[in-house]
Amino acid sequence: RSRQCRRAIATHAHSHHASQVSILPTAVDTSSADYKENKRSMDDVVSRISALHARISQGGPPKSREKHVSRGKMLVRDRITALIDPGTSFLELSSLAGFEVYPGEDVPAGGIVTGIGTVSGVTCMIVANDSTVKGGTYYPVTVKKHLRAQEIAQQNRLPCIYLVDSGGANLPHQADVFPDRDHFGRIFYNQARMSGMGIPQLSVVMGPCTAGGAYVPSMSDESIIVENQGHIFLAGPPLVKAATGEVVSAEELGGGRLHSEVSGVTDYLAVDDAHALVLARRSISNLNWPQSQSDTVAKKWEEPLYDLEELHGIVGTNLRRQIPIHEVISRIVDGSAFAEFKASYGSTLVTGFAHIYGHPVGIIANNGILFSESSLKGAHFIQLCAKRNIPLVFLQNISGFMVGKDAEAGGIAKNGAKLVTAVACAEVPKFTVVVGSSAGAGNYGMCGRAYSPNFLFLWPTAKTSVMGPEQLSSVMEAVGKTVDPELKARIERESEATFSSARLWDDGVIPPSHTRRVLGMGLMAACGGSVARKETSWGVFRM
Amino acid sequence: SAAGANTPVVKPLTSVLIANRGEIALRVNRTASEYGIRTTTIYTTPDAHSQHALCSPFAVNLGEPTAYLDGDRIIQVTKDQGCNGIHPGYGFLSENPHFARKCTEAGLTFIGPPWQAIEAMGSKSQSKDIMTAAGVPCIPGYHGSNQDPEYLKAEAEKIGYPVLLKAVKGGGGKGMRIAETPKVFLDQLASAKSEARNSFGDDVMLVEKYITKPRHIEVQVFADKHGNCVALGERDCSIQRRHQKILEESPAPHLPEEIRQDLWEKARAAALAVGYEGAGTVEFIFDNDTGEFFFMEMNTRLQVEHPVTEMVTGEDLVRWQLIVAEGGKLPLTQEEIHQRILERGAAIEARIYAENPDMGFIPDSGKLLHLRTPTATDTVRIDAGFVTGDEVSSHYDPMIAKLIVRGPTRQAALQKLRAALEEYQVAGPITNIEFLKRICVSPTFAAGDVETGYIEKHRAELFARQPTAPEVLAQAAIGLLQQEVQAQSVNSIFGAPGALIGFGTGYQQREFHLTEPAPDGSAEPTATTVRVRQTGPSIYTVSVNEVDYPDVVATFDTASNTITSFYPHTRLATTFIRDADRLILFQQGRMYRLQLAVPKWAEKALGIKDVANSVLAPMPCKVLRVEVQEGDAVEKGQPLVVIESMKMETVIRSPQNGVIARVVHGKGDLCKAGTALVEFAEEGK
Repeated sequence: RSRQCRRAIATHAHSHHASQVSILPTAVDTSSADYKENKRSMDDVVSRISALHARISQGGPPKSREKHVSRGKMLVRDRITALIDPGTSFLELSSLAGFEVYPGEDVPAGGIVTGIGTVSGVTCMIVANDSTVKGGTYYPVTVKKHLRAQEIAQQNRLPCIYLVDSGGANLPHQADVFPDRDHFGRIFYNQARMSGMGIPQLSVVMGPCTAGGAYVPSMSDESIIVENQGHIFLAGPPLVKAATGEVVSAEELGGGRLHSEVSGVTDYLAVDDAHALVLARRSISNLNWPQSQSDTVAKKWEEPLYDLEELHGIVGTNLRRQIPIHEVISRIVDGSAFAEFKASYGSTLVTGFAHIYGHPVGIIANNGILFSESSLKGAHFIQLCAKRNIPLVFLQNISGFMVGKDAEAGGIAKNGAKLVTAVACAEVPKFTVVVGSSAGAGNYGMCGRAYSPNFLFLWPTAKTSVMGPEQLSSVMEAVGKTVDPELKARIERESEATFSSARLWDDGVIPPSHTRRVLGMGLMAACGGSVARKETSWGVFRM
Repeated sequence: SAAGANTPVVKPLTSVLIANRGEIALRVNRTASEYGIRTTTIYTTPDAHSQHALCSPFAVNLGEPTAYLDGDRIIQVTKDQGCNGIHPGYGFLSENPHFARKCTEAGLTFIGPPWQAIEAMGSKSQSKDIMTAAGVPCIPGYHGSNQDPEYLKAEAEKIGYPVLLKAVKGGGGKGMRIAETPKVFLDQLASAKSEARNSFGDDVMLVEKYITKPRHIEVQVFADKHGNCVALGERDCSIQRRHQKILEESPAPHLPEEIRQDLWEKARAAALAVGYEGAGTVEFIFDNDTGEFFFMEMNTRLQVEHPVTEMVTGEDLVRWQLIVAEGGKLPLTQEEIHQRILERGAAIEARIYAENPDMGFIPDSGKLLHLRTPTATDTVRIDAGFVTGDEVSSHYDPMIAKLIVRGPTRQAALQKLRAALEEYQVAGPITNIEFLKRICVSPTFAAGDVETGYIEKHRAELFARQPTAPEVLAQAAIGLLQQEVQAQSVNSIFGAPGALIGFGTGYQQREFHLTEPAPDGSAEPTATTVRVRQTGPSIYTVSVNEVDYPDVVATFDTASNTITSFYPHTRLATTFIRDADRLILFQQGRMYRLQLAVPKWAEKALGIKDVANSVLAPMPCKVLRVEVQEGDAVEKGQPLVVIESMKMETVIRSPQNGVIARVVHGKGDLCKAGTALVEFAEEGK
């Protein structure tokens, strides 16, 4: 009977059968001991990181929060909720910023919330001070996070909304906040440059905005201020009194009425936070911002065929074990459909075409260490995607390029360089997710932070370091250095995802099962609005 | 046949003008069309888009809102349109003998009784004389000119106590007193007279028998030109408010068969006494204590509640009207009718009005934002004049529809009525549907213990405020949120809309401040904050007053305005209608009215003040008098403004103690519903 159901070669292959070619199978056995052990260990890590985020998202200490609310002000995350469109998601970036960075000081989220949200139908970068954290003052990491948000906005052409409620630079840290190129002044430089590029800048002054901070609304295309709450001045009342002896109230010196009716520093006067956010939404609706996603985005898509939560049991926390990367890809892409390119050649690097929420993407994923063949295949595939204007998604789990006599003789250095050149030059949106290790030159070839991917995220188990602690120790011993017994532990600590994310080496740590959603938001940010196609100019590929 | 000598000529009706509007015009059109009679409808400017004006290809615009009363014009239009008959419906010109006479004189068939019969029944005193002569009992009383108190007292003695003292020129309960015993008669007379003098400048009194527990029972009669007259059963119309019926049923409950037969007999006698033809109703006041009944008046037209009779007899009364008007004979005999009624059981009609029972049944008007009716069947009938999107105009009667059901027994019919009312959804003007549902479940009414004072007597039970389940508020908040989401551009819904992304709790907890106004406006509105957190596409966690509903899967179908939600404990399908900041929800057979609270910033930034500080016009109206001045200190309940709407005066009373800051509208001003009439000074100012 089954023979009768099959037919011979024919001139028409039905689309149902044709589509089967791309569907990834799964070999996951959820009842196996390995799976269960993996799941248990990953669940532990995820719940620990989840609890950490929950604590951080509270903001400052309870006392400051209560004081803030009792003044009729909204908490920073409530402000963002009120600002974005109902029924849309907010992608918060780098929530772990500042985590255990300043000894003895707790600076949740670095005292500033940044992220991508939809406001009046426009995908925007939202930068919001949390004045319940150290009065919203700028620590070095606060500056770094603010600048990173602006960098993302500029790269992806996202209108910027600044919800200002900050006491300005954190004075004890002034040396690491004020003078350098990528310090405080860069914020205003970026505002001016972005405004010049036609990327709208909007400020909502909901609290103090002193000294340098006064330039945030002043440098904006439009600004809104809350009366009896937002204040803009180059020097506050105490400084004025010290400098000139003039006694003046904050409201008289730089309140909403003054700036909206007399000085013209602000354009709209609001009675409270909620009103100000209504006005901000109105301003965004008047940007005349192009709304269309690229016309190559499919209107309909299928969710992956397999349960995304299974990633915990598939991946586990033991990075010495190879992650079956096809099982990961099949839980990220639409309908688990993946058109693999050169499947049998250089198979330690998996390349192929897929869709995420209807958006075409090229996926480059590690499935072992990088050899010459895999590097060449990767460079080839990146060229294809750049020619076709297809965004690239890097799934990074790499301990490095192959070493040894044969590898060197085979030109691994120049072949690896081809991959690095292709990654560096391709003018398409790039997204990197570190799902395992990120070590050595593998970090470069797989679009690490230095290669300016539009977004870079870590899974909670990700480890980022030049090499593993054991290798590092043995290398040091080999070159005759005594190894500090503390060193291994330190390297271990420094390669943790939380350590990386606290220093903004990435844009945040994400749950494995949310990878698809996060990439979806990233694609929306990188491919929508006024983003234009860019032509790639390749560097010299050493042949 | 009593009139065999002069057999009338059959004069077929080919084309009829319907001199009415609303549901009755549609009702007449339905039967006329069924028999191939061409219909022409008339309409006025405010009615141009109403259903009756649209139901026929022949529709004539009369212009002014009052034009339905312009008899000469209507007769002219009838002739111009080549119609040979006029159906007057009810109200308007239907009981105007001059109009009926002019129709006849113009050679048109007036589908109703002879004008002489209308005239005879139109006069209270004349009709009573005719009835008394025909052996129909009338309410004992003295209507004469001798106003000597002792003489009146002697009359009262003859009538028997208790007696009612009523000013001849009176109305609205003024100049009216009840004397329970001879002892109090003179005192009550004096006080009635003094009140009458002050109110009407005339203190002529009449004395009548007072019935403590009266019922309104009427008999539908039909007579033809051949001298036949039948009674098509009786209707009990005791459930009334403002002296107008809202529930009518047939047969009358707990009515002994011999009294029923006597009623029918007396009704036929009444009709025959005036040479009646066509459809008429003889109204009686029935004394529940003694089983006596007395003639009140005869309505010489088809009545609003005629479908009740149609349900119990299985006959089309408009068809009967046409047959009689054409000179035909009545289709059934009295015996056949009696048999039909015995077989067909009981029927009840509920009148659905745009009115607010909680505010003394004041009429409401406005656009019908949403209208869903129960499914019509053999035993469920809806006679409606409106569809969704129509305007209930303040120019005319606020009746939206009639719902008529039939069952084998009264109890079965009542149960069915309640079920049908629960399916009946009207959003826009306030309606009496909720009130009707409460009567349906009232034990006294269910027991058939009816009387005209029923509503007043059971006020506490019928107007008790019923609590709102937290799920209703949850559904309202979900509806508000989903409506906003669906109004957004498609592009913003990319990827997984509203889903949690990344670690943490997500941001999408939105607060909705909902208030539930006290139905009669007497108390502060109940305010509730509902928190909705979206955790995924169509997935929400909703909190209402410390009650959490996690993982509610909810979808909003805009085509049917329905929110379908799967709560952990139940599934709810709620109809959700929003009109600006007013919400109307229908859930599990009940209607709820909620209000989206004005945000704090709006009060300050836009000067939108809470309504507590001003008194609003409850309906479109004309200001007749303003009883206060700016700066006056007033007490709660004190009259502020007297308005007129639907030809009825309504006194707007102060909801609070306070000082009048501003009189917004003066005498003669026309106001829309919701317009501020007076504003109070803010406290502390």
